[in-house]
Amino acid sequence: MTAKKKTPLERDLLVKMYKDMALFRRFEERVGLAYTKQKFSGFCHLHIGQEALAVGVQSALRDTDYMLSGYRSHTQAIGKGISPEAVMAELFGKVDGCCRGKGGSMHMFSKEHRFLGGHGIVGGQTPIAAGVGFSIRYRNEDDICVCYMGDAATNQGQFFEAMNMAATWDLPVLFIIENNKYGMGTDIRRTTSVDALWKRALAFDMAHSDVDGMNVVTVHEHVKAIVDQMRKDHKPYLLEALTYRYRGHSVSDPGTYRTKEEVEDYQKNRDPIMQLERFMSEQKLATEAEFKAWDNEAKERVKAAEEFADNSPNPPVEELWDHVLVP
Amino acid sequence: MAVLTFREALGQAMAEEMERDPNVFLMGEEVGLYNGAYKVSKGLLDRFGPRRVWDSPISELGFAGLGVGAAMTGTRPIIEFMTWNFGIQALDQIVNHAAKMLYMSGGQFNVPIVFRGPNGAAHMLAAQHSQAYEPMLTNIPGLKVVTCSTPYDGKGLLKAAIRDNNPVLFLESEMMYGMKGEVPDEEYIIPLGVGDIKREGTDVTLIAWNKILHKTMEAAEALAKEGISAEVLDPRTLQPLDEDLIFASVRKTHRLVIVEEAWSFGSVGSQIADRVQKECFDELDAPIGRVTNEFVPMPYNEAQEERTVPSVERIVAAVKEALYL
Repeated sequence: MTAKKKTPLERDLLVKMYKDMALFRRFEERVGLAYTKQKFSGFCHLHIGQEALAVGVQSALRDTDYMLSGYRSHTQAIGKGISPEAVMAELFGKVDGCCRGKGGSMHMFSKEHRFLGGHGIVGGQTPIAAGVGFSIRYRNEDDICVCYMGDAATNQGQFFEAMNMAATWDLPVLFIIENNKYGMGTDIRRTTSVDALWKRALAFDMAHSDVDGMNVVTVHEHVKAIVDQMRKDHKPYLLEALTYRYRGHSVSDPGTYRTKEEVEDYQKNRDPIMQLERFMSEQKLATEAEFKAWDNEAKERVKAAEEFADNSPNPPVEELWDHVLVP
Repeated sequence: MAVLTFREALGQAMAEEMERDPNVFLMGEEVGLYNGAYKVSKGLLDRFGPRRVWDSPISELGFAGLGVGAAMTGTRPIIEFMTWNFGIQALDQIVNHAAKMLYMSGGQFNVPIVFRGPNGAAHMLAAQHSQAYEPMLTNIPGLKVVTCSTPYDGKGLLKAAIRDNNPVLFLESEMMYGMKGEVPDEEYIIPLGVGDIKREGTDVTLIAWNKILHKTMEAAEALAKEGISAEVLDPRTLQPLDEDLIFASVRKTHRLVIVEEAWSFGSVGSQIADRVQKECFDELDAPIGRVTNEFVPMPYNEAQEERTVPSVERIVAAVKEALYL
């Protein structure tokens, strides 16, 4: 799984990727802990194990590109530029949260960073992403819209409708299936007629591929090539990223429907942070002390984010009537 | 002043707003090459081209959602449903997404979009093509719901809806597209949330909207012949409702009958009745009367259909009951 050949990527980029993955891992660990300490409630879906995808994709984009996601989007939101402080405060339902405490774990938004949610309806974000692609096309721009979804979203009718329109009308949407093999507690093979989800693209004559979503270098290079192509041809693309979540579907799910061996295999042999560490060490691009320092940096950053969220006030109760309609 | 059909008035509203704002576009089944299933969008493709008039697949949920995403990123879509009976396929995007985006994002992403199409029974279209959805659609915070009963109102309200920065659900009626009415040559806008007194009266207030307004007007004429002066009020916008206008009329006539072409359970009429009994209790001289559809799916048979929806006779009878006659 480790990329063996010498990478063309700059050391700076690899370091940034490492730091971001460490930040995301530590952020989600801290979030899980805060949840069990009852600092916040509601649903909380962690992204631990899937960091290579968030980082590998984000590093291939530019700031003006748009992004939508499902309900497992804390780290993608941070990757897109929302501060860990604002995401943590949103989780805590505080006024300094990126949605002033009205969205919570499943609904992260930032207009400034072109992050359009955070959607709690499986597959609901897919036609909306097609609409973002429509706007881009309407204005003849060369941005692209990344639309993340889980494997289970590919069985929703909305997904098929969105794919059809995007393919028919050349809407520049990169649909990314984060295939972590389970739709909540159900093995995708028990609910899905195809053995590879990229095959869904065949029905729409849409460009497609799959990628090892546990290797950040592979993801970055693969997505960079896709995105470069999309900026030229403005056509949609379906990417199936094979990945794995270490935790249950949500914090309250122990994940007992999976074998211990399966989870351990990913954690011991395919962990995205470990893979990058091994690769950078082999290439003599970083030392053990540096990895340790970057990880500590991430821990400190996350600690600061939690303190910020702790100290942020609740929004005034009267704000509950705000934002129902634009005046 | 020109005399236009309803469909022409609505088409004019869209054309003028598309002319005025290059971000406005129209999408829906048959809106382009076919010139509209009911010809409301006739001529728009020729005039504005395929970039702004899009024929969609038969895929309501998909193109409604596309509209939501487009509206979040700087365009102003008009999404036409061939009928609102198909529009309910898109309820997830309307209810879970369009209505909630501003709120969930803490005020960051508004969704300036109009979903429009015919609502309610037409003629012998049976159960799946004859439903009036205003009770369901007015129940969702984050949406405006607009109806219209004349070409004049239709044009002015649709222009306001297109300029509104919120999701607006615009309910028309197949039966009204051919109806003619005077429409001013100069530009005008009818603000959303403002109702209209369609007929002045002193003895009883009748509230009705959309095409059932016309049966209610007929009933008012019949009552006038018997010496009963009915005031007919058209709220036009059902969400938000022009409560002040309703209360003022009830304070004048002291009697109220609500007519709606929808099922009665948890409806706009039941909401109006609740608000009026709370705010005008001392003003009422009789219980509030209601005339609604029978609580059955719409039958195909012509006589059965006629019996299902409010009739002039049922409206007259309800008024007489409110007058203890």
